[in-house]
Amino acid sequence: MMTFTEIKKSFLTSLWFMFLTFPIMVIRVNTIEKQVIWRWENMWYVGIGSFLLSFAWRYFLRRKERGGNQANEHIANMSSSIQRIFSRRRYKIPAMVAAAMAVVVFPFVMNSYQTNIMITALMYVMLGLGLNIVVGLAGLLDLGYVAFYAVGAYTYGLLNHHFGIGFWTVLPLGGALGALFGVLLGFPVLRLRGDYLAIVTLGFGEIIRLILENWNEFSYGPSGIAHISKPSLFGIKLSFSGEINYMYFLMIGMVCFTIFVVNRLQNSRIGRAWIALREDEIACQAMGIDKTRTKLTAFALGATWAGMAGVIFAAKTTFINPASFTFMESAMILSIVVLGGMGSIPGVIIAALFLILLPEYLRAFSDYRMLLFGAIMVIMMVFRPQGIIATVRRNYNFKRAEN
Amino acid sequence: MADPILNVQNLTMDFGGLRALDHVNIDIQQNEIIALIGPNGAGKTTFFNCITGIYTPTDGDILVTAPPRSGAASKTERINGLKPNQVTEKGMARTFQNIRLFPNMTVLENVMIGRHCRTHSGILGAVFRNRGMVKEEQAVVDTSYQILEKIGLSRFVNDLAKNLPYGAQRRLEIARALATEPFLLLLDEPAAGMNPHETRELDELITRIRNEEKVSILLIEHDMKLVMSLSDRIFVMDYGKKIAHGTPEEIRNNPMVIKAYLGEECDVEG
Repeated sequence: MMTFTEIKKSFLTSLWFMFLTFPIMVIRVNTIEKQVIWRWENMWYVGIGSFLLSFAWRYFLRRKERGGNQANEHIANMSSSIQRIFSRRRYKIPAMVAAAMAVVVFPFVMNSYQTNIMITALMYVMLGLGLNIVVGLAGLLDLGYVAFYAVGAYTYGLLNHHFGIGFWTVLPLGGALGALFGVLLGFPVLRLRGDYLAIVTLGFGEIIRLILENWNEFSYGPSGIAHISKPSLFGIKLSFSGEINYMYFLMIGMVCFTIFVVNRLQNSRIGRAWIALREDEIACQAMGIDKTRTKLTAFALGATWAGMAGVIFAAKTTFINPASFTFMESAMILSIVVLGGMGSIPGVIIAALFLILLPEYLRAFSDYRMLLFGAIMVIMMVFRPQGIIATVRRNYNFKRAEN
Repeated sequence: MADPILNVQNLTMDFGGLRALDHVNIDIQQNEIIALIGPNGAGKTTFFNCITGIYTPTDGDILVTAPPRSGAASKTERINGLKPNQVTEKGMARTFQNIRLFPNMTVLENVMIGRHCRTHSGILGAVFRNRGMVKEEQAVVDTSYQILEKIGLSRFVNDLAKNLPYGAQRRLEIARALATEPFLLLLDEPAAGMNPHETRELDELITRIRNEEKVSILLIEHDMKLVMSLSDRIFVMDYGKKIAHGTPEEIRNNPMVIKAYLGEECDVEG
């Protein structure tokens, strides 16, 4: 009964689609021979395709709504039981050992192209985790995150170009400058929230990019900076593949460091203050949390990771120009955070690997990349708005009061 | 008599041309339960927002004298224009008329947020987890749990705040405010939306907090039964002005108050 109305609705949808796509899918005018070709078979494809898609959409939506809480609870139970299994020492240690083995063996099994892609993906893991502090934990929608990435990259690019300063010296410096710019952005936007904040940060990102593009004396404009030196390893000369492997392990190290720090921050007094700020700003202040300071630390600590990732990016590609720091990048990093699950570290990691690696392996469909990307986003937002792995609040051990 | 812990003098608040508070004077002694009542729109919540730092009052003085604790001599401070978090640090914590919990945090975490201004660990402490920080963190968890036990919410410890029943959410707001170690608790309509049974429990809870925690309480409330049974003194406001003040008995029979609530008797024949 329910399905009958559903079939009817899907049928109407497909009719409507057939009508809409009629001019472009069916009629083709050959302008040279002045002929009109009628491709009626295309109409069937459109009709059947849209019918099936619409039906599947309705079916899943209904199932989600009807099962509503049940289905959600089921998923929540499932993900929490997975987490419970992994929290048990017996499974946790072998799983971690296996993951570590896979990570170590990866560059030796795969070719340098694969390793290179993986390095890029790991860079986005780091960026995603950094933005996760600002967006996921503190709830400040930042659309100009790529600006801090650019700050880091140009810090290394310029210092290396002019003074020949090495990678390892600049890495913390890039992080510090990123943090400084985070605070610089943070001050004017302290009073803003939501949409307004998003617009200002978007503007900030564009300002940084436009400065880099137009201030030729400073940043060499669109032609960028070339011949940036790769990271050194105690002065040892590395082969081509050796350099890539070194970069890979460096990146793994940085990602582990990021996870470690972000995880600890999240479960601390400051992390709780960030989450409280996200949940309710007024109540947060009334409970004695300094809003200004909390927001600024969130911006600064988020930007630190982008700054460091920028330094690594410059060292990896050995060439930087403003074209690498467009709004597209910010959008990409934000998608990673949203898709992975706001505030969830494993979610962000999985989403970063998924979103960066998938397009590389699906090169054949590269024309449809943005289409697929949009479709995935819409489907996620409809069916699983909390992200791939939703955050589970932590339980604490406490002493019961002695009675 | 000792200095009042909160002494508000000539508090005035203008919103553009509208005078929401007009030279209001209120004083609260230690260990008192004071009720602030008045018809809707009388300026009660504005008054709360002024003394907790959400608004900066146009004129007047808000003087706070923290009761001496651990031997420290008490001194009077003027807290006009302080930020809300600084007011809380001084020792005045509030709850909200429309519940403002942190819905996606657990009940325990909600209370732990209240401990924020009494603890100090920073970024480095969080990353390195040095001994002091670990100890402080455990102390935060323990105290928060003890507060929950006192308020009677311990069975909800690990539930998300948004999943709590309504009455429990109201009590959690009080627990969270208590976690900031206040000497004055400001409750904005704590019984709003509660059923009679929950209101009775709230009555007991507030009395118990005053007696056991030595916390003074200022509450805005519309439930007259609760107000009359709880409060030591009552202040009545109407149109931004204080129109009466006294014991519950005096207020009950005050013609000004009756007029404010029920309107003036109008003489039909005249």
